[in-house]
Amino acid sequence: MDVLERIKEQVDNNPIVLYMKGTPQFPQCGFSSRAAAALQDCGVEFAYVNILADPEIFENLPRFADWPTFPQLYIKGELVGGCDITLELHQTGELQKMTAEAAASKS
Amino acid sequence: MTPEKQPGNTGNRSMKQRLTSLIQEALQPQHLEVIDESHMHNVPKGAQSHFKIVVVSNQFEGLSLVNRHRMVNSLAKPLFDEGLHALALHTMTPEQWQQKGGTFPKSPPCMGGGK
Repeated sequence: MDVLERIKEQVDNNPIVLYMKGTPQFPQCGFSSRAAAALQDCGVEFAYVNILADPEIFENLPRFADWPTFPQLYIKGELVGGCDITLELHQTGELQKMTAEAAASKS
Repeated sequence: MTPEKQPGNTGNRSMKQRLTSLIQEALQPQHLEVIDESHMHNVPKGAQSHFKIVVVSNQFEGLSLVNRHRMVNSLAKPLFDEGLHALALHTMTPEQWQQKGGTFPKSPPCMGGGK
């Protein structure tokens, strides 16, 4: 399968997906770490992809949604943003609402 | 012959100067800070790869955060091909900047992921 189709499938099949360096337990980048911590704080299940373990996704994710940096958070198939946006939405309480709603919509 | 690329060192102008003038021209910001945070990361000495940009502009009015970041990212696009690796972005309207009392968050420490 083409890598962009593979990414499309991941963001369509999981209501919340974080593309990050490392894992939520063992993050390998400060920005990824903070984004994962904010999501964990929301208390909902989320999927993650360790881009360091998947070079093809690492190379191609930036052109999927025309976003040059990592991490990248997708909710209901849409790019929400990177670390700064995730943290800002978490601070305002918006992220908690968005993730709760996305988790509830999971069929 | 294909010219080789020297990451983050193009001509005499630093990445910081180039980011500053690109944003200055396009967004006419009320406030702009471009901070080189490369030294905080797992990169070769002298690399100009990680920056934090705090930009306050009327042009962000009515735009979502994603779209504000897209604006700045697209301005920086040519630099991403020249060794720019990470941009921490804090994009505010003048009103939001005032509400926050002119402050912005600290960047996280590197955890070695590199690349």
